[in-house]
Order: sequence, then structure tokens, then C-alpha cells
Amino acid sequence: MKRLLLTGNGAAAWGARLAQVDYIPAFPITPQTEIIEAIGQWIDNGEMAGRMVTLESEHSMITAAGAAAATGVRVFSATSSQGLLYGMEMLFTVAGWRAPFVLANVSRGLSAPITLEPDHNDILAARDSGFLQIHCSTCQEVLDSTIIAYKLGEDAGVRLPVIVNQDGFYLSFTREPVEVPDQEQVAKFLGQFDPENTRFRASTPESQAVAVLGGAPYSYFRYESHLAALNAIKVYDRIADEYEQLFGRRYDAVESYRCEDAEYLFVMLGSFATKAKAAVDQLREAGWRIGLLRPRLLRPFPEKLFQQTLTVTKGVAVIDQNISMGKGGVLYTELASVLAGSTEPAPLLVSFIGGLGGRDITPEEFYEMAEVTKKAVQEGQAPPPRLLYTETDLRETRKLQAIAQAERSELGGSE
Amino acid sequence: MNETRFKNVKALPSTHLLGTGTPMCAGCGGLEALHEIYDILGEKSVFVNAAGCMTLLAIYPFTPFRGSWLYTAMASAPAGAQGIRDALDILLQKGQITPKDDMQVVTLTGDGAAYGMGMSATSGAMERNLDFLYICYDNEGYGNTGQQYSAATPHAAKTTTSCGPQGFFGFKKPLFDIWAAHRPAYVATVIGAEPLDLARKIEKAKELKGPRLIIALSPCPTGWDFDPREAIEIGKLAVKTGIWPLKEYVNGEVVHTKLPKKRLPVERYLEKQGRFAHLFTPQRNEELLTEIQERVDRYWAEMANP
Repeated sequence: MKRLLLTGNGAAAWGARLAQVDYIPAFPITPQTEIIEAIGQWIDNGEMAGRMVTLESEHSMITAAGAAAATGVRVFSATSSQGLLYGMEMLFTVAGWRAPFVLANVSRGLSAPITLEPDHNDILAARDSGFLQIHCSTCQEVLDSTIIAYKLGEDAGVRLPVIVNQDGFYLSFTREPVEVPDQEQVAKFLGQFDPENTRFRASTPESQAVAVLGGAPYSYFRYESHLAALNAIKVYDRIADEYEQLFGRRYDAVESYRCEDAEYLFVMLGSFATKAKAAVDQLREAGWRIGLLRPRLLRPFPEKLFQQTLTVTKGVAVIDQNISMGKGGVLYTELASVLAGSTEPAPLLVSFIGGLGGRDITPEEFYEMAEVTKKAVQEGQAPPPRLLYTETDLRETRKLQAIAQAERSELGGSE
Repeated sequence: MNETRFKNVKALPSTHLLGTGTPMCAGCGGLEALHEIYDILGEKSVFVNAAGCMTLLAIYPFTPFRGSWLYTAMASAPAGAQGIRDALDILLQKGQITPKDDMQVVTLTGDGAAYGMGMSATSGAMERNLDFLYICYDNEGYGNTGQQYSAATPHAAKTTTSCGPQGFFGFKKPLFDIWAAHRPAYVATVIGAEPLDLARKIEKAKELKGPRLIIALSPCPTGWDFDPREAIEIGKLAVKTGIWPLKEYVNGEVVHTKLPKKRLPVERYLEKQGRFAHLFTPQRNEELLTEIQERVDRYWAEMANP
């Protein structure tokens, strides 16, 4: 074990290195590129075995990743945002091949307008693809989750590819002290990849991913994938125990921060949850009984864990760093479905959308969200989803528009 | 390689390796070519398929192939071949498989994928010098969806998306030239109706390393509108009229492998197909017929005097 200062990108690369991956199909995209650069340098220096190939697109990259996994080698790949969407057809396709591998995604807001900064619309677009999803909030977690993801995806009762998600800039480019486990220990934890019968050998021919005719075989295979994904909750819990025993760090499927005796909760994904933790500490000092729930596993969705914690609270502020146009926050609707099927008294869910395209969520906004939620509970009525946007935000945007106008008239263009 | 196993048609395999009873149409020129190719290539192969007619060859739980198969998507079959080839090389290098478990990686797509959507992936595979064989069965349109025009459709052909009196406004994309411009190990045109020429080319391609790409013109009874029993005759006419030049690119040179001594008029090929019927009835479209003939004449004149 050693301690290094690593960015989230560096931590993802280290995860792949420690998993001793055989094959890395790659394609550069900001803010993910450092991952493949680090791996490329290690391979060139002889510090890491494995073969890296740059494909001509993410669509091809994910195809090659799935095909190599289906041939029986351990595969790692990485992408972000537009790249994830460019490869979207193949995300759904290779998940159906049941050939496990790990894909790092560095979240970044989607076009249009085009931006480099993060939110979660990219990764949530892959929600129904069949990939399992682990969401990280620290660089340490990125490294550990990458290793855990191999163990999870390769499990005989799962056999699905896994995306390990981190936020662009906030994690990808932020250095944190990270404990890097010993290679030998990780190798012992993971073991060799056993492709079982999902592999290509001349002496034992296989037809993989063949067409089906009719709904019966189609549904059969789709349901199988779904059941395998559901089974991954139990498998994840077992792996998390094992990981804690070996490496001393615990990663529950849902991180629960100061939720004991909590009347109110924040629920959110990713690195901004660390801001929510700071707000929880402040609010607790001010006398609030409040905590934070942060799903690490988004697919499969750990419903039971949420039910257990949510049903004992009064009000929940769900903070979505994504927006489903014409509906609202994706996590909010996911949580609402968890509560809908129970006769237990349910807490009031209040929906907030913020942090889009890297916009910060300030401590004051967390306090305000707690207040809004408390008031909603008192009134017994949730307000419509709140879109976080301050007068300053609006003034900044208006300023840009004013500059454009001024420049245009200065240069003699039409108004 | 000058020596060929296939001195004459009698030397061709007399039984087929590929199973029968597939859902391909009667008289499918693509399936005919695939039979002939598979006989030479053998069962130590994995076919990486893109969306098209031949996706329906392997329908759960049956396959006509004796070797392996992976369906990918319309645009990325060459990338699937890349993943498999690289993985096999890694397994060989690590000693996790022996050379007897290695196999030819073969991409099998129609013209829709080869001439259009999959072109970027094919270009990438060639640029990376991927050791694979690409077979394009070219029936000159999106055949599996009922023959809409594709980038492979010839000028003036009627398709379900070019049904005016002039037929298809565009021109068949020069895929052979585009592939050859990448300087891969091998590029060839073949047709099932000329099995000896085809066998010699697959025999040659099988022995080479690197990207090897084959375009098989595939007379298509349903898409081209002719009686299935005419399929072979139409294939032979495609060569005899000079419309489908049989050639190969190897070692930086293009060589024509079957020179039609006395080229037949293109009409002989066109008149057999419903997709060109508007050139003949209700009256002859002399302008278009001449244009098509002149284009073919120009090709062969340029070939003779480059």
C-alpha cells in the first residue's frame, strides 16, 4: 500500500492498472483523456502489461471493448459525455452480450449548448442500457470502485458490464490523497477473469448475440439481464464486505451520512454530495436532525436500503444534477417509485435541480433547500420542482448578452 | 502467390460447409458467394456481422456456420473484429490459448454498412492494419428493408426510394478504390457466378496478413426484380458486359483477373432486371442507355491506357 496524490482520472487509471487489464480500447475526450494518457504511458514504460488501441470513435471503442470481453480477456475503457452518447447504441448492445468489462465515465453536461463542465445527464442517459452503474464522490472511491466493479461484473451470478462514474473537473482534475492498494492483494481479491462459455475458440465454436424472432426469446434474454442486474445488489453487498476486510475501506451500496435519528435528508449523486455533507454538519450544529443519502449503486437501484432509511424521515430534499425536459429530476422520480409501493408512512419528497454544467451549489442553497423541505412538511404539500438559479446567475448571463449587444452595435451590425 | 489449388472448376470443393435452410431468398447471389467463400475459408473462423440480410443467417438457437459468430451493429462490425483479433492475440501471447484455437476474423456486412454507415470503422481498421477479412455482399441497395437506394446503387436503377423515370440520380460509390487507397494487404471484387476466380482470390486472401477486403456483387432477385433462376446468368452478364470488373489490389497494384475479351453491350445485363425496365419500356431511353454504356467503355479504356 502506498499513498499518492491522484486526480480522479489518475485514480481510475490506477484502478485499471491494479485490475491488470489485458485490453484498453480508447478514444480521447475532455475531461477523461488523462485516464488513457496515464495508461498509455505506463504501457510504453513497461510499468503495465496490456494492449491499448485507439479506435476512431466511441461507437467503435465500445464495440471493440465488448467483442474483446466476449472473446475472454479483461477489458477497461473510458469516456465522457458526448462520447458516451455517441457509443450509446453499443452500450445497450454489448450489455446484452453479457460479457463483463469496466467503463470509466467522467460526467460532463450534454450539448446543446456544448460545455466541458459536469452534470449527470450523460450517465443517466445510459441508465436503461444494462450496464451497472457505480457513482463516486472522491478520488479514493474512484480507484476502489474500479476494482470492485471488476469483481461485481465478472461474478458468475451477474456477468454484466459496469460503468464507474465520476464528475468531470470536480473529481477528474482534482488531486486528493489516495491509498493505492498492493498489486498482489488486488490480484488475489479479483482472481483471473473467467469468461466461462462466453468466449471465442476455434475448437469450441460459439454463436454470440444472434438474432431472435418473436417476443418470447427476446423477452427471455431481456428478463435474464434484468434479473442478473437485480442479483447484483446482493453480490455487491458481499463484495463490499470482502473489500472492507482486505483493504479497510467500506462502500455501502448507499452511503448514509449522519442519518441516525434524521428527520430530514438530502439525497444526491456524485462529488457534490461532499458539499451536502458539509451542509449537514453545519445544519446539525444549528440543531437540525438532518443527514445525507448518496446512492453509489444506481443500477441496480438499491430500493430496500432507501426504503429502510427514507420511511423513518419526514422530508427529503432530492437534488438532481440532471434535467429530464418536461418532467424534472431523474433521481427524484426514482425515489418516488421506491416510496409509492409501500403502505408505510412516506416522507415528503421535494425536488431540486441544480449544479448543471458545473454550476456550484453553495452552502446557503443547501440551507435554503432544507428550509423549503421543512416548510413543505409543515404545510403537507411539496412545492413544484425548484430550479436552482440565483439573481447573480441571471445577472452574469445578462451581462454576456449585454456585451454581445454592445459589441454588435459598436461594430455597426444590426440590432 | 502464383500456385493455386484451383486449376479448374473441377478442383473446387464439391460439398458446402455452410448449412442449408437459411431464410435468405431463393437465388440470393450473396448467399451463393458466401457458400463459395466459406468453403475455402473453413470453419476456423469467427464471423462478425453488421445489420443486414445476413444477420438472419444465425437465428437463435440455430446457425448455418460451423465456426463462430458475433452480431454487432450496423456501423461497427470492423471494430468488433478489432476487439476479437486483439483479444485472440493477447490470449496467444499469454499462452492462454494455443495456435490451434486461433482463427480467421471475418467481417460480414452488406453494402449499406460497407459503403456508408460502417465506412469510418472500416477505414479505422485498415489504418490500424487489422489482420482481418472483410466480406461485403453488395446487392446495391438496402435490401433487407425492401431495396431503398444506398451508396452502392448504380445510376438509373429503380429502387423503392428512386422510382422516377430516371431511376437513381446518383452513381455507385467507388468502394474498391476507396479501400485500395488505404493500401491494405488485399482488395478484390468477386461474384458467385465466377466461382473459380472467387476461389483463387479467397485462397490468396486467406494466406495474407493484414486487412483483406472482398466485395461480392450479389444479384438480388427481390431487390433487382428478376426470376431467381436467372441469378447466375445475370452474374455472368455483369462480368461479360464489363459492368462488374473482376480485379484485385495487391502489392500496390490493381490487376484485372478476368478480362472480357469481347464485351457484351450493357443492355444485355440491364434488360434482365426489373429495376432497369424503365430504360426499355414503354419506350427505350436511349440517352440513359448510352450514358451507362459510355461509362463502362470509359472505365475499360482507362484501364487499358492508364
